[in-house]
Amino acid sequence: MYDFEFMKPTSLDEAVAALAEEDAQLLAGGQTLLPTMKQRLAMPSRLVSLNDIPGFAHVTADGDALTIGGGTTHRQVSEEAESAFPGLASLAGRIGDPAVRNRGTIGGSLANNDPAACYPAAVLATGAMVITNRREIAADDYFQGMFTTALDEGEIVTAVRFPVPEASRYEKFAQPASRFPMVACFVAKMKGDVRVAVTGASEEGVFRWSEAEEALTATFSADALDGLAHPANGMISDIHGSGEYRAHLIGVMTKRAVLHLT
Amino acid sequence: MPKDGGIGASTKRREDVRFLTGTGRYTDDINLPGQAYVHFVRSDVAHGRIRSIDPSTAEGMPGVLKVFTSKDFEAAGGIPCGWQITSRDGSVMQEPKHPILAEGVVRHVGDPIAAIVADSHDQARDAAEALEIDIEELPAVMNMRDALKDGATQVHDTLDGNLCFDWGFVEENCEAVDKAISEAAHVTTLELVNNRLIANPMEPRVAIGAYDMAADSHTLYTTSQNPHVIRLLMGAFVLNIPEHKLRVVAPDVGGGFGSKIYHYAEEAFCTYAAKVLRRPVKWTSSRSEAFMSDAHGRDHVTKIELALDAEHNFTALRTQTHANMGAYLSTFAPAVPTWLHGTLMAGNYKTPLVYVNVKAVFTNTVPVDAYRGAGRPEATFQLERVVDKAARELGIDPAELRRKNFITEFPYATPVAVEYDTGDYNATLDKVLEISDWAGFDARLEESRAQGKLRGIGLAHYIEACGIAPSNLVGQLGARAGLFESATVRVNATGGITVMTGSHSHGQGHATTFAQVVADMIGIDASQVEISHGDTANTPMGMGTYGSRSIAVGGSAMVKATEKIIAKARKIAAHMLEASADDIELKDGAFTVAGTDKSLNWGDVTLAAYVPHNYPLDEIEPGLEETAFYDPANFTFPSGAYVCEVEIDPETGKVEVQGFAAADDFGNVINPMIVEGQVQGGLAQGIGQALLEACAYDADGQLLSASYMDYAMPRAYDFPMFKVDSSCQTPCTHNPLGVKGCGEAGAIGSPPAVVNAVIDALHRAGHKIPHIDMPMTPNRVWSAIYGGAGPDKDGETMEERSVGA
Repeated sequence: MYDFEFMKPTSLDEAVAALAEEDAQLLAGGQTLLPTMKQRLAMPSRLVSLNDIPGFAHVTADGDALTIGGGTTHRQVSEEAESAFPGLASLAGRIGDPAVRNRGTIGGSLANNDPAACYPAAVLATGAMVITNRREIAADDYFQGMFTTALDEGEIVTAVRFPVPEASRYEKFAQPASRFPMVACFVAKMKGDVRVAVTGASEEGVFRWSEAEEALTATFSADALDGLAHPANGMISDIHGSGEYRAHLIGVMTKRAVLHLT
Repeated sequence: MPKDGGIGASTKRREDVRFLTGTGRYTDDINLPGQAYVHFVRSDVAHGRIRSIDPSTAEGMPGVLKVFTSKDFEAAGGIPCGWQITSRDGSVMQEPKHPILAEGVVRHVGDPIAAIVADSHDQARDAAEALEIDIEELPAVMNMRDALKDGATQVHDTLDGNLCFDWGFVEENCEAVDKAISEAAHVTTLELVNNRLIANPMEPRVAIGAYDMAADSHTLYTTSQNPHVIRLLMGAFVLNIPEHKLRVVAPDVGGGFGSKIYHYAEEAFCTYAAKVLRRPVKWTSSRSEAFMSDAHGRDHVTKIELALDAEHNFTALRTQTHANMGAYLSTFAPAVPTWLHGTLMAGNYKTPLVYVNVKAVFTNTVPVDAYRGAGRPEATFQLERVVDKAARELGIDPAELRRKNFITEFPYATPVAVEYDTGDYNATLDKVLEISDWAGFDARLEESRAQGKLRGIGLAHYIEACGIAPSNLVGQLGARAGLFESATVRVNATGGITVMTGSHSHGQGHATTFAQVVADMIGIDASQVEISHGDTANTPMGMGTYGSRSIAVGGSAMVKATEKIIAKARKIAAHMLEASADDIELKDGAFTVAGTDKSLNWGDVTLAAYVPHNYPLDEIEPGLEETAFYDPANFTFPSGAYVCEVEIDPETGKVEVQGFAAADDFGNVINPMIVEGQVQGGLAQGIGQALLEACAYDADGQLLSASYMDYAMPRAYDFPMFKVDSSCQTPCTHNPLGVKGCGEAGAIGSPPAVVNAVIDALHRAGHKIPHIDMPMTPNRVWSAIYGGAGPDKDGETMEERSVGA
């Protein structure tokens, strides 16, 4: 690890000011950033911790919406979102292992936008709103490809506001080594339509499977997916699975999510 | 008293107290005053010519003491190889130099080019980034078929091609085997890959070199399974340090699985640099370095043919294997695909004719050497797969085909040069069928089918040669070492005992089991016996721990030394009791005179040995300390039968192990609980090989599985509860404890059981798939069923690596 300056601001304004330094970087749970730094693959001049900002970690039900603070750990979501949004709580409770879930945060996961992260699937499938210190960004605009988001320099994910679906389910097929999703699908039955988001599979990161959404919006049953096959082009191909296999798994995981809900 | 803690008792592991409370003392826990740190600069290309190294900037960096390159080692030797193989044509194997730091050419990703020593590790790493190295990248030789083509790029310019050796065994049988196969009623053929693995012990390798100027002596602390072997190899062949000036200490070691047998360049570097710099020099491997610098395991590509007569008797077996050596010859690499593999090809069967051909090949990959089982898993895998395939082709029960061909009379001389002293293969088969509830499989199959899952059951037998090994025999086979073991039993004045053993424990539990043996022999409590190992300064020359040899060879040495102790103690007791030594009995820690009520406690006699006031000084010396060296008369031959039951999700191809039963014959068992733990660990590694683990390179020689993000280690939740039984016991006939060794069995017998189960599940579902290579990942199983594309590299591994075709 290279030397860096460590700051622990107690307000968002202080954090934003601290970020102005060149090569300064936010630290949330550190579950991706710290291993990267240990391997000397990242060399921030300054780490600005979000962990001392009051009110940054919370799960708040508000009518038909559930708002989760950017600094909320996966464990807290898995416990506190259980009654309001069980599909999300179940996703959070299956991220990584207990150590990761006790440190990793939803804001950190969304800002990093790993193509095999779990949260982006739920955010995109529900059409959630990513709230920053400057604005609100709709999920469909937020994710812009592998490790790429709509966030600007100095912009901090302060919360995510989920419209709570009528029913939802996250089905994950684990990559054998990392146990990240090799393919995982989040099916959200919203008021009026069904949305399906896929993570782990695409070279472009999380995406919506529109053909499945249309079929499931018309008829919310596993049979509605019969005959639908996601094409293999653009899917990740590596030592764990070919693009063709990943494309196949998208169909299997989506169907299983629907079966779980019907 | 001894019955509770003696031979056969499941005494809890005494060493676990310190391991589980964080008070173990591993090499990295050792920090010496004034210690400096080395960082190795390693090649990031698989093959390249070093045009230049400019250390000037790096040497000027803060804290940097020195930048070492190969120039600093011109007087040193290369890392030696401990076994020489002779090819079919009588020529000896090609043996390239393995330098401490690359001499002009790098030959695999991870090959060390330079070493930077600084006051802190961070400073050494900073300087490494400033080191200017210009490398001309050369084409990499990655698969064995390409490596043997005419005009192939050579891994070593100095050699003739990339073939290390071409070994035939037993060469005199070659023609007879060919004839038997051509005339057979049925021949079953199978081509398969034994996947390359990385051992991944929990503790990475560490080395600390220290030099005492006043005494002109060196100390190396290292994560080794055999400190005396390192002292001999490094002292005599690499650094020219006589053994009396070199102490090697291997303290607590957190797992080895073979990967810590070998002498590595980092050990020689730290020892040497400590003298140059007059400061201790420490290296702690990162996990990333471990992936590209620890010796890898397996990596065989094989074609096997089994001939049967009309009555289903095995009549001949022929196997052709290409074995990957990597870029250099690691310490015991040539022995693994030859003597540890070919001699086991008869398996548990009375096949009269066997011929084994092995071509060992250099490639631009990390050196390959022994990994838990070492050659025996490779032999067992191909044999038990081809037997299973033959049963399927002939439409007969796989258990019955095995029974029909089992060796049943012992001793049995195989056609591959070894003699099995004892065994009962029907007994382990009966036992495993019972504990696996083989008979109840159909009901479980129906349950799986109702859930939309496929289900299969697979059987495999194994035999292994352990207790390595008779020195005169292995000498004839090319070993450059003896394979005896040693022990010193030191009885203290008040009766407590310290045993200094040449065996080395890195998870095996010797502190517990070895103490059980000595305590049982004397009849004292095991808490009175302490086991010491791992330091060449206070243990007799020993060969260390690998090949499931510790209790069979090290234990036998300890028994011999203890027998000497008892014989001497009996003489002392006879003097004190005024009786003849022949009339003295030792039982439950007391000496008695037969037919009288005269007796002395163990402690009375040991005290007399050191306070010899009433002592036969004219007949025997005072003191009570004896050493024994034990050289085994034969290998030991543990055997067993394993059953694996799997369920497959046909939509994803994911295999789940639903049941695993192991019935092993280890001969006599010292501590059943520890034996069960050893088997369970071996099963985890063997099932890991079958379903998860694969070391993968791309065509340019980049290591793709270079971290746990891509190298799939098994986890507890990947397994069901194992059923492990070692109640079938045919004691070894040629060592004093009647023991055979249990460390590797699980990893040897389990991979074919898992593959047999998967193939069985597929066939029961109508998918007539002859074989799937390991690891049977979800993608591979799905592709086998539906014909879809497999994971990246499969095109290469399946087609190009199938050189035996």
